[in-house]
Amino acid sequence: MPYVVRGQTRETPDTVTLVLSPGPGAEPHPFAPGQFNMVYVFGLGEVAISISGDAEQPDRLVHTVRAAGKVTHALTEMTSGSTVGVRGPYGAGWPLSKVRGKDVVIVAGGLGLPPLRPAVYEMLRQRDAYGRIEIIYGSRSPRDLVYYEEIQGWRALPGLRFQTTVDTAGRDWYGDVGLVTARLPDARFDPPNTAAFLCGPEIMMKLTAQALTARGVPEDSIFLSLERNMKCAVGICGHCQFGPEFVCRDGPVFPYSEIRRFLAVREV
Amino acid sequence: MNRNHASRDGVRLADHPFVKDLPAALVASMSRIAVERSFETGELLLREGEPAREFLLIVDGKVALEVATPERPRLTIQTVGPGEVLGWSWLTFPYHWRLDARALKPTHAFSVDSDRLRTFLNEDPANGFQFLLHLLPVIAQRLENTQFQLLDVHGS
Repeated sequence: MPYVVRGQTRETPDTVTLVLSPGPGAEPHPFAPGQFNMVYVFGLGEVAISISGDAEQPDRLVHTVRAAGKVTHALTEMTSGSTVGVRGPYGAGWPLSKVRGKDVVIVAGGLGLPPLRPAVYEMLRQRDAYGRIEIIYGSRSPRDLVYYEEIQGWRALPGLRFQTTVDTAGRDWYGDVGLVTARLPDARFDPPNTAAFLCGPEIMMKLTAQALTARGVPEDSIFLSLERNMKCAVGICGHCQFGPEFVCRDGPVFPYSEIRRFLAVREV
Repeated sequence: MNRNHASRDGVRLADHPFVKDLPAALVASMSRIAVERSFETGELLLREGEPAREFLLIVDGKVALEVATPERPRLTIQTVGPGEVLGWSWLTFPYHWRLDARALKPTHAFSVDSDRLRTFLNEDPANGFQFLLHLLPVIAQRLENTQFQLLDVHGS
């Protein structure tokens, strides 16, 4: 379906958030937080990109894209009025209905925050349905942090703590430097009644899941969003196979209890 | 600022998370040779190359561990906060700091005389081993942090 670029925000030197709306003949398509779209740049190719906007506004499709290859590079250079192809949404999203009534710990690394943002919007909209919300966001450096202004707004909300940490920083950074797991001891939650949503580099998610289970969070209450090379997005081509699962069709969000053993395998 | 007793605003060195579960006799010995120190924002707690003469247990505030190279600005590689400890160069020869540590905000810490602490640990290997078991996770976390930085997982 054709979608038209309506706005773009440069988040970091190599990362842009695009706002798309349905083009001629296209209809808005509802999505669930955690799902992704296949975005096509005409003449170049197609990439899987998670949806990072508000699920309550399906006519305003938001994707945050880092320039990593020729297609994503082209997307970060798009100007208003440009047209892209969109098919989707695909995949299983964050199980928000399953975690109602619980404290929620969200841990994002790098561009792991955009797929989690729709879940945060949903929880904030139904704030009373959830307990404490603890968000830990790790990034390479202060200049690689996305959604800076919006995060400042979240920090001011009661019952929500947002911690940021980076891998390295210069002297102008007064925040934390170190692993996201080093910030977990500061997070307040009731482990047996806590769910966790993790998205980011796989090694970061693995260490975080281990730290959470060590603190008493049940394995089946920890959910990870995996990233694999997705091509068809409908579970046919096998590019994104992860053990017995297809990340595009069965994921990208999986319970830690189901995939823990595969995270320890070198070649999956 | 230094004060010669190991209790700050009712907080005793014995209450610090690092010494919890250490043998009581060792904690008592550490308390006797500890002073409290305060650091203003921007003040250096440790300076690379200088003799490592103290073991710092952070009570509140935040400290940046910095490395300096001639061709680039100082880089913060880790921050340390309340309940954490700072510095183990005093345990290994030649007992010189290998990093700078700078307060990112007003910081208070217990400072244990590391020459005397090392003597305690040498004279009582059982206590020394227990101390090392407490320090090892701190070192392991620093190594893990370094691994992440080398892998550049967020940038790849």
